[in-house]
This record gives sequence, structure tokens and C-alpha cells, in this order.
Amino acid sequence: MNQQTETFTQSIQNKLSAKEGTNKFLNELRKRGIQAFGTLGLPHPKHEEYRYTPIVKALEKEFSDGFAVALPTLSEAEAKSFFFSGLEANRLVFINGHFSPEASSIISPESEIRIRPLSEVSEDVIGKVAQPEKDAFVALNTAFSQEGAYIEIPAKAVVGLPVVLHFQSDSRGGITAAMPRNFISIGRHAQASVVEVYNSIGDNTSFLNVLTEVDVADGAQLDYFKVQTESDLALQVNTTEVQQAPNSRFSSTVLTLGGRIVRNNLNVAQNGSGCHTDMYGLYMLHGKQHVDNHTLMDHRQPNSTSNELYKGIMDDGSTGVFNGKIYVQQAAQKTNAFQSNKNILLTPNATIYTKPQLEIWADDVKCSHGATTGQLDEEQVFYLRSRGINEPAARALLLYAFAADIIEHINIEPLCQHFLALVNNKLETRFL
Amino acid sequence: MAKDTDILESITNSEYKWGWETKIENESAPKGLSEDIVRFISAKKEEPEWLLEWRLKAYRQWLTMKEPKWPNVRYPKVDFQDIIYFSAPKKKATAKSLDEIDPELLDTFKRLGISLEEQKRLTGVAVDAVIDSVSVATTFKAKLGELGIIFMSFSEAVKEHPELVRKYLGTVVPANDNYYAALNSAVFSDGSFCYIPKGVRCPMELSTYFRINAANTGQFERTLIVADEGSYVSYLEGCTAPQRDENQLHAAVVEIYAAKSAEVKYSTVQNWYPGDKNGKGGIYNFVTKRGICAGDYAKISWTQVETGSAVTWKYPSCILKGDHSVGEFYSVAVTNNYQQADTGTKMIHIGKNTKSRIVSKGISAGRSQNSYRGLVQIMKRAEGARNFSQCDSLLMGDKCGAHTFPYIEVENPTAKVEHEATTSKIGEDQIFYCNQRGIDTEDAVALIVNGYAKEVLNQLPMEFAVEAQKLLALTLEGSVG
Repeated sequence: MNQQTETFTQSIQNKLSAKEGTNKFLNELRKRGIQAFGTLGLPHPKHEEYRYTPIVKALEKEFSDGFAVALPTLSEAEAKSFFFSGLEANRLVFINGHFSPEASSIISPESEIRIRPLSEVSEDVIGKVAQPEKDAFVALNTAFSQEGAYIEIPAKAVVGLPVVLHFQSDSRGGITAAMPRNFISIGRHAQASVVEVYNSIGDNTSFLNVLTEVDVADGAQLDYFKVQTESDLALQVNTTEVQQAPNSRFSSTVLTLGGRIVRNNLNVAQNGSGCHTDMYGLYMLHGKQHVDNHTLMDHRQPNSTSNELYKGIMDDGSTGVFNGKIYVQQAAQKTNAFQSNKNILLTPNATIYTKPQLEIWADDVKCSHGATTGQLDEEQVFYLRSRGINEPAARALLLYAFAADIIEHINIEPLCQHFLALVNNKLETRFL
Repeated sequence: MAKDTDILESITNSEYKWGWETKIENESAPKGLSEDIVRFISAKKEEPEWLLEWRLKAYRQWLTMKEPKWPNVRYPKVDFQDIIYFSAPKKKATAKSLDEIDPELLDTFKRLGISLEEQKRLTGVAVDAVIDSVSVATTFKAKLGELGIIFMSFSEAVKEHPELVRKYLGTVVPANDNYYAALNSAVFSDGSFCYIPKGVRCPMELSTYFRINAANTGQFERTLIVADEGSYVSYLEGCTAPQRDENQLHAAVVEIYAAKSAEVKYSTVQNWYPGDKNGKGGIYNFVTKRGICAGDYAKISWTQVETGSAVTWKYPSCILKGDHSVGEFYSVAVTNNYQQADTGTKMIHIGKNTKSRIVSKGISAGRSQNSYRGLVQIMKRAEGARNFSQCDSLLMGDKCGAHTFPYIEVENPTAKVEHEATTSKIGEDQIFYCNQRGIDTEDAVALIVNGYAKEVLNQLPMEFAVEAQKLLALTLEGSVG
């Protein structure tokens, strides 16, 4: 460990020892996080899981004095300016990690949805899905997290409106860091959709270390979305730990357009048979952006299926990283698991590191993975030009088609439209 | 078809038929590793000063290095002080004719099915046979000499062509490349050296046969193949070892240097003793193989059939430095019982319009673990580079594992990289179809596996392909049901 890491870790440790809230259960969990972080430390740059992503280096540089938390100055109107127009939804807003009741509103009735702030939760379900001992950032979040959303959908409830969680970083008052922690529990045969939206304003660095635990019960269904549109100054580590009970469905869509360094960990464990999991991802990068998607699909029981598709477009000097693991445990016979990662590099300075990884211990399975990297097909561009479409427009059309593939399956119409608009906007402002 | 039935018949009654041991008097170094041992080996081989210095430097570097932990294999720690680093058949003759060679030795190779007696002239394969640590015989030397081809044991080459050896040794795999390459550089005992001069197309297949015979020894051979401008050579390597309860270490280094427009085709059938049914004994096969396409339009092709070894750790790689150069990797890796294999390739694209192709077929049975680990790296100036990778895994039984770790790193937008992988088992309908045509299940599996591996086996030279097919069936014997 070099000296910088040491002082950085030390400053975290000092900060940790001072924390002690009033919630006894959370204090216990926090202790576990502190202990785990003490053992793990921050990942070494050569750590297999972090070798392509210099997040620790960036943190050491920006937060050499420890994590400062700037007080939010974001007004209600400003907070609401990030809302998706035309989307009727239950909204919870967190600014620099603090819950903002003014900007938040729950429309759905209590019979459909129960929401509490994390500090009032006493159930020991928290910390059951995400093990702080496994990853340093999970440990750090477990030790530090003060706020977040605890969402509970009772059995058989069908939530008509999506739940949108807004995480906004305001760094106008200086560098800021926050570690929100969410828990989403979908009861038996219930159905819901949750959207996480990340935005930032201000001229200083912001850092978010988000941890979301998801528990999908028997026969339940969750559609889960993540939209990352922070500024070029934002650093983010975003971990989602999911466990699925038998016959449940979980679908995740991650759209990453903003942020300087973004690291997403999406770990899904199927604990029952008859499960299905979808994982979609799209990253469109410009400038010096660095986006890293790590996914883990863990098939533990027989007769389940999963499907994964991640696509990326890298422009300028940006870097994309994809690591998709599929585990098929010995018990998980008759598993069908598919994974695909497709990338387009637009410039000589853009880079992609992809590692689709299969680990299989059961024999009666069908698994495949594929990865491609290339540029736009010149023949397709030529075809469009021969039909009177000029070159930039032809390229834009092809890139849009490539990207829209990920979004078009979304069946909440206003959300789908909004995502397409975001993609379009990024294409127009950054790539053309 | 008659041939196929013969093959299947012959395999049903044997497990590892190369498991016998020859009683040959050995001359060995004492157990353990130290600078003295390195000096001892060098002195025994009457090596020049520069080579001893090179070995010592490698040894000192090795001392500072750590055993790699990243491969997906598990084995007890190797005690490097419990290994004999040099062992040679005692009556070693610098034989001009085969009459001078120990008849026991000749018999050994006869039992392995390798004719050193130049009787099978028709097969047209020049053989360099290496037993334990020392090359015992090289055939067809004179005929090759007429064309200016140098094919001899490494120690002879050091004496007769020191300038060539010195020029190319360690250029592809530096002494400090990795832990086992450093160990090999320090203590390598012998191996093959091959030089094909400008514009010469080697008329026959060159072949090296490795055999570990003595107990407690490690085998550390070094192969260096240099193909000069516009030349072509096809090179074969085969290996076996006696059946023993303790694990033996094999840490070899193979270097291939292909100059402008040269083509090297390297084929291996690796059949080291894999250990018994309960995973006892067997060879640890930790090998570094690498080729460099140094000139434009050069081509290196690796074909491997891996059926043996308790633990395999091997990544034949190509550095595609010259523009328009081509790298190929075809592999079938079969693991059964408690075998573990972590194998794959690296394709480093540096030059423009370089192409590579990877076809890897893994078959796991019993309680074995089979991993593919590959790297495709497209460097910044590799305009128009192209890669296609396919790695398929076949699982037989629910106690084995198949793992795929493909790393793809692309830094140039004009590159086209494709990777495909599938994992499945032999379809019940396929077996049923064979059963229904009167083929019993075990034969059906052999048939299907051979079909599955055909894409790779087709790359092997004829007589090797037959042997490889036999091996495939043999290794999987008893894994059905």
C-alpha cells in the first residue's frame, strides 16, 4: 500500500470511529461494515475486479482529507428540474445523501407501497442481501450510510406508478460525498417498477457510493432502471445486490451517459427455480469518461433462465469496461443463460476492455456469450448516403438504431420516450 | 471405418498405456535448487560462459519472483527443493549412428511408437527424442543438413551454432517473463533447436518427443524455432511419462521466431500422465509457449491437443508485430477424473492488418475443471486488425466444471473483434440417434466428441490426427453413465 492510500484509508478509519447513531440495529450493521472495511481496505490497482478502473486513484486524489459532505443548497425547484416530464410517479429525492421531503411525493396508496427512511428501519433484512465482507465499497457503504429509501411492496400488490428515486449531488459549495443505501423488497406475487436517477450540478467533484439491496419474493416481478446522467466531474460506485425467490422475474436496465468515472456492480442471485432475469445496459461515452459495468448472474437452482445484453459507444478518449460473469452452480441443471456485449469505437483514442466470463459446474445447460467490437459498417453508411442522407446524419441514424435496441423493450411508455430523448440528446450534443 | 473400431477396441482395455518405466541407469544431480546446481548443469553440458551467466541471472530473478496464484487451478505447493533438476541416461553416447545408443533406450521409444531407426522413412518425420533431461537421438540430420536446416538438440546447437542460439535465445520469452519461465531459463537441461534458412520449405515434419522417466525429476526443456525469411516448417511435439504416485513438474519454454513471410506450424499432442482415477499423482504442466511474427506477412499457427497432466497451465501466444501477420490457435483440451486445465492463448496485435483466429474446444468429464483463458489485445497502431474467437465447452457429468475467461482489449476503432462461446452437454437426442443405429453409448460419445473436435483435429498433420483421435476416446473412457 502506498503512502497516499494509507493516509486516505486512515482518514476514513478516523471518521468511522466517530459515527454512532441512535438506531441500535443500524449501529450493529455499521460495526460489521467497519470491521469488513478494516480487513479489505480499498482495492489495490491490480485487484482483478478493479484493474481497468482507476476509481481508487481518483478518490485518493480528490478526497485526500477524507470525505467532506457539503451542505446541500439545491432548491426545491432546482431539484424538481431533474424530474422526467410527462411521467406520473412516486418520487423520493435525496440531495447529497440527505432526504428532501419537500421535493418528494408519494401518490400510490399505503396498500400498494410502504416507504420509510432508512434510519427508522429495524428489520434485520438489511445487510442480508449485500455482504460487506465481499467488496470494499459495500463495506464502506455499510459503515457510512445514513440515509436511503426503504421500499416495501406488500404481497399481491400491483403498483401502478413507478417509484423514482432521485439522487442529486450539489457540489457548488465544495467537494461532496454521499453513501446512500436502499432496500427494495417486493412481496409475494407483487409487481413494481423502480427507477434510480443520478444527476449532479456544481464545479467540484462529487462522489456517490450507492448500495441497493433488492429482494424479490416468490412469483414477484420487479422492473428496475438506472439512469446515470451526472456531470463530467462526478465519481460514482453503484452496487446493486439482488436475490430472487422461485418463479420471480427481475429485469434491470442501466443507462450510463454521464459521470467521469462510473463503476456499476450488478449482482443477481437466483435462489429458486423458475426464475428469469433480464439485464440490459447502454453506455455512451465522450471526452475522458470511464464507465465500468460489472455484472454477475448466479444461477443456483434448476430450470431458470437469464438474458443479458450490454451495448456501448465510445467516442473521444473515453474508456468502456464490461465484465459479465455467469455462474451456473452444480444444482442449477436445465439453465439457459445468454450474454452478449457489443461495442462501437468511434475514435483512435477510445478504448474498450471486455471480459465475458462463464463459469459452469452443471452439465445439462445451454449457455452462450458473445462479444464484438468494431466500428460502424461502412457499407451501411454508404447505403444510406446513396439514398441521399448525408454522412453525419447516416452515422447518427445507425448509432441511434444501435442504442435504441436496448431501450425499446421498456414498456412504460413515458420512460421509454424519455430514455430515447436522452440518447438522442447525447448523440446530438456530443457525438456529431 | 475398420480403423475406427480398432481404435475403440484398443482403448477399452487400457487406461494410461504409457505408464511403464524403463530401467535405465541414470546420472542425476542431487535434489534441490541452488546456484551450485545451475553451475553443475551448465558444467555438465560444457556450456560457454555467456550461457552460464544467462542462467544465473535468470535464477537470481526467479528468487525474487512469486508463484502465480491467478490460474483457476488448485494444487499443493510445489517444493522446489524436492526436485532433481538434472537426470540423464548414463550411457549417453554422442551417437553418430543409432547402434551406439543404449538398446534399452531404443526399446523405450519403440514402445512409444516412435521409430528412431529411420525405418519408417516413408512417414518422413525427423525426430529429436528427449528423455528426462537429455536429447538422446535426432534422426534425418544429414538430409536436413543438405538444405541448410539445422535441427538438433539444444546442447549441440549451443556448441555448434552459438551465434544463432545467442541471437535468438530469450528474445520471445525473456528469462524473467514469468515464474516458471525464469525457473526454466535457470535450469533447462536440453530441448530442440531448429533453424530454417531463408526461402527454404522444410520437406518433412520435424518432431520432438519428450519423455519423463526417472522418479522425482522435473523436466525443463527449451525449444527454440527460428524461421528465416520466406521459410516454412511444420513442427510436432509429443510427450508421455510413467505412472507414479507423486506429482512431477514439467516447466518448458517454447520460443518461435518467424521472420518476414515465414510460416511456422506447431502442433502438440500433450499426453503427460494425468494421475489416477482418484487424482493421485500426475504431471504438473506449467509451460510458456510464445511465438513472434517479427516480419510482415509472417504466420504462426498453434495446434494443441491436451489430454494429459494433472494440472495444466499453458497459453501458447502470438505476438503479431509485423504488418499483415497472422496468428492462429486451435485447441482441444480434455479433462477427466481430477484433472485441471487452465489453458488458452494470447493474441497481441501490434502491426497493421494483423489477423488472428482462436478455436478452442474444451471437454470436461468426471470431476475435472477445464478453463479457457484468453487475451485478445489490439494495440493503438494495429489498424484494420481482425480477430475471431470461438470457445466451446462440452460437459459430461454434473461434477465437472467449464470456465471461460476471455479478455478483450481494443484500442483501435478500425479493429473488428468477435468472440463467441457456448457451453452445453451432448444432446440426449444425438445419443439416442446413435443407439438407434446400433452404436452403443460409449462409442456414440466418442463419435460425437470427435465430430465436435474435428475443426481442431483437422489442423493436425495426418499421423498426429489419428493419435489424437485415439487419445480423445481414451481419455473420456468411462465418463458416460
